[in-house]
Amino acid sequence: MFRRRRRTLEDFDAEIAAHVQLEIDRLCEEGLGPEEARTAALRAFGSPTRAEERFYESSHVLWWDHLCQDARYALRTLKKSPGFAVTAIATMTIGIGATTAVFSLVDATLLRPLPYPDADRLVSVAVDLPGVEARDVGMSQPEWRDLQRSGAFEFVSPVWFDENNLTGGARPERVRIVIVAPGYFALLRVKPQLGRTFDPRDYSPGILPEVVISDRLWRRGFGGDPRILEKSIRMDTDVYRIVGVMPQGFDAPGRKLEERNIDIWAATSFYGMPMRDQPPRAGRNLPTAIARLAPGLTLASAQQRLDALAAELRRRFPADYPPQSGFAVRIVPLKDRIVGDVRRPLVLLLSAVGLVLLIGCANIANLLLARGTMRARELAMRRALGASQGRLIRQLLTESALLSVAGGAGGLLLLSLTKGLLLRFVPDTLPQLNPAGLDWTVLAFAVAASIVTGVGFGIFPAVHANRVDAAQVIKQSDGRGASARQAGTRRLLIVAEIAISMVLLAGAGLLVRTFRDLVHVDLGFDRENVLIIRTRLPAPNDPKADRYRTAAQESQFLRELLRRAHTLPGVEQAAIGDTASIPLDQTAHDLKVISEGSYFIALEDRPETTTAPLAVERTDVTPEYFRLLGLRLLRGRVFNDTDRDTAPLVAVVNDAFARKYWPGEDPIGKRFRRTRSGSPWIVVIGTIADARTESLENGSVPKVYLNFHQSTGNRLAIFLRGQLDGAAAAERMRVEVQHVDPTLPVFGARTLDETVSSSLDAVRFSMATVSLFALTAVALAAIGIYGVMAYVVGGRTREIGIRVALGARSAVIVVSILREALQLTIIGTAIGLACALLATRLIAGVLYGVSSTDPATFAVVVSALIGLAMLACAIPVRRALRIDPTIALRQEG
Amino acid sequence: MPTRKPREPLDLLQGTLDLLILRTLIFGPEHGQGIARAIQLTSGDELLVEHGALYPALQRLERRAWIAAEWGTSKNNRKARYYTLTPAGRRQLLSETGKWNRLASAIGRVLNTAKAQE
Repeated sequence: MFRRRRRTLEDFDAEIAAHVQLEIDRLCEEGLGPEEARTAALRAFGSPTRAEERFYESSHVLWWDHLCQDARYALRTLKKSPGFAVTAIATMTIGIGATTAVFSLVDATLLRPLPYPDADRLVSVAVDLPGVEARDVGMSQPEWRDLQRSGAFEFVSPVWFDENNLTGGARPERVRIVIVAPGYFALLRVKPQLGRTFDPRDYSPGILPEVVISDRLWRRGFGGDPRILEKSIRMDTDVYRIVGVMPQGFDAPGRKLEERNIDIWAATSFYGMPMRDQPPRAGRNLPTAIARLAPGLTLASAQQRLDALAAELRRRFPADYPPQSGFAVRIVPLKDRIVGDVRRPLVLLLSAVGLVLLIGCANIANLLLARGTMRARELAMRRALGASQGRLIRQLLTESALLSVAGGAGGLLLLSLTKGLLLRFVPDTLPQLNPAGLDWTVLAFAVAASIVTGVGFGIFPAVHANRVDAAQVIKQSDGRGASARQAGTRRLLIVAEIAISMVLLAGAGLLVRTFRDLVHVDLGFDRENVLIIRTRLPAPNDPKADRYRTAAQESQFLRELLRRAHTLPGVEQAAIGDTASIPLDQTAHDLKVISEGSYFIALEDRPETTTAPLAVERTDVTPEYFRLLGLRLLRGRVFNDTDRDTAPLVAVVNDAFARKYWPGEDPIGKRFRRTRSGSPWIVVIGTIADARTESLENGSVPKVYLNFHQSTGNRLAIFLRGQLDGAAAAERMRVEVQHVDPTLPVFGARTLDETVSSSLDAVRFSMATVSLFALTAVALAAIGIYGVMAYVVGGRTREIGIRVALGARSAVIVVSILREALQLTIIGTAIGLACALLATRLIAGVLYGVSSTDPATFAVVVSALIGLAMLACAIPVRRALRIDPTIALRQEG
Repeated sequence: MPTRKPREPLDLLQGTLDLLILRTLIFGPEHGQGIARAIQLTSGDELLVEHGALYPALQRLERRAWIAAEWGTSKNNRKARYYTLTPAGRRQLLSETGKWNRLASAIGRVLNTAKAQE
C-alpha cells in the first residue's frame, strides 16, 4: 500500500494513447469514418500537453524545481552585473560577519546556561544589611550552617577565592585556589575525571588535608602523571593529598579574571585552626556563597524560607543582629550574578551591530530597487508571457536570498579567519565560562540572519517590481518603469539609514569623548618608568610555622628586599606595598575586597556610630612609596625610620579622607582605629593630595595609607622606578626575591603604564567597537545617498538639459540637486537625533565627563552627517553639471 | 476546447470529478475512457468531462490509494489501464456521497425558500 512507485511519463503517455484509441473505436462503432472519429476523439480529450503538464506537476516537488530554476537564473543575472553582486555580497559579508561575531559572544555569555548539570537550579547567596544600606556583606560560619539547615537548599557552600604558593616544583608558583565547603562538588554535580571529590558530610575542623586539582595543573605541573592520586602538594608550607583531578574545561563559576582559571580546590567547614574554633556570628568573613535549590522549591519559595530564617535569627540573637542594621538573606540565579554586569553592554553591542546590518540591508534594497527599475521591462515581458505574480516575487526573492546567503557564507569565512584576532580584543571583564566560538547555535544564527535579511531587503523591490503595469512598461520605449512610489521608498530607506547612522555616531561620539577624557585625566601620580613585580608570603595553617608572623619579622624581610632592589642596574627608587597599593589594578580587585581594601574604621573624636560604619580604602606601603609614585605631600610627613613596629601605629591619609571626616580641621595628630574589637589606635601623621589610584572616574575616594613596617600583609607588590627593561629587570628581581626566600613565587610583572592603560580596557573595547560600527554605518549610508542621488540626477537629465539650454546658471542646478539631498538628510538627522537622545541614555552609565545628551557632541555628529551627505552628492552633482543640453534633449522622453 | 452542444453542459464543481470517478468504479474495474463515457451517459449527457482532465484526477486518487491501477486488455482487445476501487476508496465514496447529499439538499432548501419569498 505504501509502495511509492513513481509512474513514468511514458506510462502516462501510453495510457492517453490507449484512451484515444478506445474512443476512436467507440466512435467508429457509432458509424463515423476513421479520420472523423480521430478528430472527434482528440477534440474530446482536450490538450494532451496540458494533461502531461498536470501529471508532471502532480508527481514532482514543484517548488524545488522552481527554486533550482530561479537560483540558476539568478546566478546568470548576477554574473551579468558583477559590480552590483560584489557590492551587495561585500556589504552582507561585513554585516553578517560582524553581527555573528557579536552574537557568538552573546551566545557564550548570556544565552548558554552555565556549564554545570541543571545549572538553572544554582543560586548565589548574599547577606544584606538593609538598615545601613550595605549589600553583599559576606556571611559568618554560623550563618552558613543556618542556611544549610534552612531547608531551602540541597547544598550551600561559601566560596572564597584566594591565591597560594605552590612549592615543590621546578620553581615556586602562585596558584589560584578556591576554598569551599565539602559539599561544593555535590552542589555543582560535577564528577572528577580521576579520583574523587570531597565528602559532603565531612564536618571536621580546620582545612581538610586534601585537594582537588584542575586538569590544567595536572598537565602543567605533573605532566599528566596517571599516578597523580598518590601524590601530595605543598601549599603555603602545608601538605595536602591530591584526591581528584577535575575534567578538562571545568572551572569555578567566577566573574572576574581572579575567579577563573582556578587550579586548586580546598575544603573546610570554616572553623578550627587556622580559623577560630567557635567563629562569632557577626564575623562575616566568608565573602560569598553558592547553593543549589532544594528539590521542588522555586526561587520565590526558597526566598520565602530564607526570609523566615532571617526573621527568626534576628529574634533569637538580637545582639548580633541589631534592629537598626537589619539582616536579610538574598538569593539570585547564579548566572545573573556572574553575567549580570555584562548583560547590558553586550545587548547594546548586539543592537549596535544589528543596526549596521540593517543599514546594509537598506543599501542593498536600494540597489535592488534601482535594478528593478532597469529590469522593469524584462519583468513586464515575463508577466505578459504568463508568469504569475507570486512566481515573479519568488524569483526576485531567490535572487536576493542568494546574495545574502553568499554574504553570510563570506561573513562566516571572514569570522573563522579572524576569530583568534577578534577574541584578543574581548576584555577580561567578560566572564567566559563557555568558550566563545563558531558552534551550531552561532552557525544557525548566521544562516537565519542571512535568510531573514535576504528576504527582508528583497521583499520591497520584489513587490515594487510587480506593481508595475506590464502594458505601460512595454509600451514605454526606454524600458524604464520608474514609478513615483518607488522613488518614495528609496527616499524612505535613505532617511532611515541616516537616522540609524545618527544614533550610532552619537553613541560613538560620546564614548570617544569619554575615552579621551579618561586618557587625559590628571592622575595625581606619575605612571611613567615604574615596573611592578608581585610576590606573596605564605600563610600557613599553623601560625607558628609562619616565618613572617610579626611585623618585625616581615619588616626585616621588606628591608632586605628593598636593599637588593636598589642594587639592580637602572633602579633609581624602590618601594613595596600590598596589592591594594597598585594604582588602578583591576586584576586583584575582588581579592582586595576580601582580604585588604575597604575596611571599617571608628574615629577617636567622635562617638562610635550606631548606623553605618565608616568605610575607607586602605593599603600598606613602605615609606618610599609616596615619593616613588609622585604623590604630593600636603601636610605633616610621610613614614620614616622612626616608625618602628614598636612605636605607635601611624597613617597617612589622602585629602578626600581629611575633608570627609575632619572638614575644616587639621587632621595631623587625629586618631582612628579599626572597628574590630581590640584594634589599636592609629595616629595620622600626614596628608597627601588626592590621586586617581582607585578609579579613573572618581578622584576623591577616602584612602588611608598604613606603614608596611608596622603590619603583616602577605601579598606584596614591589615598585621599581628607573629606566628599566621590563622583562630583564623582572627576572633580576625574581632572582633577588628567591635569593632571600627560595619558596616565594614571583609573578605578575607589569609596568604601571600598562596597568593604568588596561584599566581602560572595557571602555576602550566599547569605544572601539561602537566607533567601528558607526563608521561602517556612516560609510554605508553615504554610499546609499550617493546611489539615490545618482539615480535622481539620471532621471532629471532631460529637465536639467532644458534648464541649461534656457540659461540656468550652474549654481542654480547644484542647489536644486543638493536641496533634495539636504531634505532627506535633515529629516533623517532629525529622526535620528530624537532616537539618539533616547538611546544614549542607555550608555550614560559608562560615560565620563560628558552627559548623555552633550550638546557639543551632538552638534559635531549632526554637522558631520550633513557634511558627509553633501559630500556623497559630489559625483552626482558633477554629472549634472556636465549634462550637455544638445544630447539631453535628443534623448527619448 | 470541449465541443459545444446545443444545450451547454454543466461545468464540474471542484472536487466533484473525484466523487464521480469513485462512484463509477463501484460497478467494477474500468479504464479511463470507460469512466469518462460512463459519467457522460449516466448524467444524461448533462455533465461533460474533458477527457484530458480525467487523468490528473485519476493520478491523484491513485496516489491517495483510493483506487488501484493495472494494465489489462479491453473487450475489443486493446491494451488499457484498468482502475479498481480500493476499500479505502469505498469508505471515501460513502462519506463523500453523504456530504454531497447534505450539501445539495441544503442548497436546494435555500434556493427554494428564496423562490417562495419572491
